[in-house]
Parts: sequence; C-alpha cells; structure tokens
Amino acid sequence: MSGVRVLVGTKKGAFILTSDGKREKWQVSGPHFGGWEIYHFKGSPVDSNRLYVSQTSGWFGQIIQRSDDGGKTWTIPGGESMPGPAGPPPDGASNKFVYEGEVGKHLWYDGTQHPWEFKRVWHVEPSLTDPDTVYAGVEDAALFKTTDGGKTWKELSGLRKAKAHLWQPGAGGMGLHTIVLDPTNPQRMFIAISAAGAFRTDDGGETWKPINKGLKSPYVLPDPDAEVGHCVHRIAMHPARPGVLFMQKHWDVLRSDNAGDLWNDVGGNLPTDFGFPIDVHAHDPETIYVVPIKSDSEHYPPEGKLRVYRSKSGGNEWEPLTKGLPQENCYVNILRDAMSVDTLDDCGIYFGTTGGQVYGSPDGGNNWNAIVRDLPAVLSVEVQTLR
Amino acid sequence: MIRVVLPYHLRTLAKIDGEVQLEVAAPVTQCAVLDALEARFPMLKGTIRDHGSKTRRPMIRFYACEEDLSNESPDTPLPEEVISEKEAYMVIGAIAGG
Repeated sequence: MSGVRVLVGTKKGAFILTSDGKREKWQVSGPHFGGWEIYHFKGSPVDSNRLYVSQTSGWFGQIIQRSDDGGKTWTIPGGESMPGPAGPPPDGASNKFVYEGEVGKHLWYDGTQHPWEFKRVWHVEPSLTDPDTVYAGVEDAALFKTTDGGKTWKELSGLRKAKAHLWQPGAGGMGLHTIVLDPTNPQRMFIAISAAGAFRTDDGGETWKPINKGLKSPYVLPDPDAEVGHCVHRIAMHPARPGVLFMQKHWDVLRSDNAGDLWNDVGGNLPTDFGFPIDVHAHDPETIYVVPIKSDSEHYPPEGKLRVYRSKSGGNEWEPLTKGLPQENCYVNILRDAMSVDTLDDCGIYFGTTGGQVYGSPDGGNNWNAIVRDLPAVLSVEVQTLR
Repeated sequence: MIRVVLPYHLRTLAKIDGEVQLEVAAPVTQCAVLDALEARFPMLKGTIRDHGSKTRRPMIRFYACEEDLSNESPDTPLPEEVISEKEAYMVIGAIAGG
C-alpha cells in the first residue's frame, strides 16, 4: 500500500505528517526536538527509514539528528553518552563543521572583508545512492559531506575557490540553501547561495564554476556581467531531465536548458516574480510551481490572496491555483525550502507557510487542503513517497 | 564529585533529568568540568563551547554561588563550595531574544 510521509521543519520543532495514497486523512507526529529551529529535514531516497535533520539554536548551536526507523526514534550520530560500547569513545563530531585550510574572508555588508564563521546547516541533501552519504549546505556558505551517516563532516573546499571573496550575505545570512544532485551523472551537482549565486561541479565537488550568466541584479550588482553576487533563492530540476534547471531569484523566475550555462527569464504573466520556492511536477518536467509574494519589502501574497502559480509550458505562461487556498486576509510567506512534491501517479504538491499551515494538493495543484493549520512557522517541507 | 546543572534543551539532548554529577580531578576549573561533561556526554560538544577553540558560545553563561563566572578565565579554580558539592556549577542559556 503506497503512502506519503511529509517531513516538516519549523521554528520550534519537527513534525511528520503521514497518509496513505489517497492523501485524505493524516496523522501528525511531533514536535520532535521541540523548541529548536529545524532548518531542514529530509529522507534518504535509498532507504526511506533513514532521515536526517538539521536542528539548530541561537543558544546551543548546531545538532545533526538521524533516524533509522522513519522518525520513530532519533540519535545524534557518534554522540552516544559514556559509558558506551567497547571501543574508542564517541567523537561527538556530528555537529563539527570546520572550514578547511586557509579559511579566508568574504564580502561583508559594508564592503569590507569578513572572516568565514560557521552558524548553522541550512540544507541536508542525502545521496541518491548511499544512505550514509549526505551533503550539507551551511552558513557561512560552504558545502560539507559525510560518508559515515553524519558522524563526521568534511568540507568540499573547492567550492570556496570560486570567487568566494566576492560572495556576500543576504539579509537572512550567507547560506548555501540549495543542493541538487544529477541522478544521471554522479559527478555533477548544482548548488545555490544567497547571495553569491548558483554554481555547478562536474567532477564530484573538486572544482566548481559559477553558473549565473543571464541573471540580472541591477540594484545589487553594479557590474552587469558579474559572475557572482546574485541572490538566488532556489533551483529546481526534474530528475529525468537534469540539463534543464528552473530558478527563483530575488526577483525573476528563470530557466536554463544547458545545465546553468545560460539563464532566460520565464516570469511571463506572473503577478509578481518575487518569491522563494520553486518546484517541478514529479512526472511532467515542463510543469513548474512558484508562490509569488508581493515584493522584496513585502513578503506576503499580493492582495492577501494565497495563490500557487503553475506553468505547464516550462515558464512564461502561468495560471493561478487557488481552490482550497485562502483568498482574503492571507499574509503568510512560503520559504525557499518549504515546497515539495510526491511521486505518486497523481502527483501531490505540498508547501508550508510562515503562519504554520501545511497545505497539500493530491492532484497536481488543482485542489488544496490544509493538512495542519497551527504549527510553528514552517521552515522546510520535504516529501517521501512510500511504496 | 562536581554537581552540574544544565539548561532544559541540553538535558534533553543528553537524555538526563536533574543534575549531572562528574568526577573531576584537581585542579577543578571551569575548563576541567566542561571537559569532563563533554567526555561523558559527547552529544553536548559544540553546544556550550565552540568545537575547535573551546570558547564559550556567546549565548551561554556560567554561574556558581550566585556569581557570573562567564568571563572568568576557564582555568581559574572554581569556588570551594562547588568543589565540596555544596553548590552546583550552572550552565545557563542567556535570557535574551525570546
């Protein structure tokens, strides 16, 4: 019997929403790690019981949590308390993210150079082939990798050789928030950073190149040909077509048909092209979803109407999806990691809001229902399809 | 034994209730107590002090005998009342920012 498990990270804990394939009745589990900011929560595509969580706090810093049973129980990898089993004492290094080599500096808000400082893990991206391998995007922006199920992490330092001295933080910090793995080529990955831009590796993370040609940021970057410095909010890709990428930027919705070498604006008839998340229908690579918000100064839906916009043509032509979504007095936001899709035959779309709602559509966006309404502000949504 | 009081979230991480009791060899300094705490509870590494530098995290404070020891040298011996178990060494999350 198929089903779905929606993994929700919020400002005050993690929640797990489960349903069968009909997606009509839901069980809610949580809060797990109550009181902590759960920046991201994602499962391994190889083992659906293997889940990883970025648990963070301004007081106590970063924790990585792992479940091996679908979220029923949790451990901090390598953090067992003593006395423990025979052998070397636990390292307690699952939250140790150390920048490699000459740490260097990046641009600061006042134009000076500022040293790299680790603050938190923004995004965890489990490997497509190994449940013990996970990539972590962190703030200040860098990419780390574990191959031992989260016990230890090592920086893929080649990324910060890609003009990192010119990277600068956005208002929310300089976070590496998006990691997209190419299922057809294990050497290729895409990442995105606010506010440095998008980058691609073709050698498994050893070297990286900025892929921001075609992006326009006239009020942010005086140089129209700047290779880095763009505030990319999110990148999405359909696994069957890894050379085609979609981007939601700080203003503009864009598309690349050559793995990021060149981007073109596909905002078309959107009421506003400012927003955070973007995602692709599980079975139709040309159907994409965004949630426009009014402006960079007003992070809420235009006219108080919560509308998801869908394009079935890969951009430019967009239609509003509103059935079951509030169409008045709605002033929530949907953060960049808070939208996801399942892979059931009738593709389900899910998103969480800063108002604490998680909405789901069992039919590609035609109809929506609130799965839960009163969670803490939602930071991330990921979906597992269980078969 | 040295008595240590942890804040709620760290007690949850360490899966304990109440105080922690640690064996700490002399000289009993803040650094020695925290080393012993982290050795006993490795999941607390990085939550009170920075992993590498062992510097106190900015929003963490240390108290004992109603005195704020946060800015004392970590190598200064703790008060006799803590060493004699009369008072506990307290790790507190700063009351700030909600």
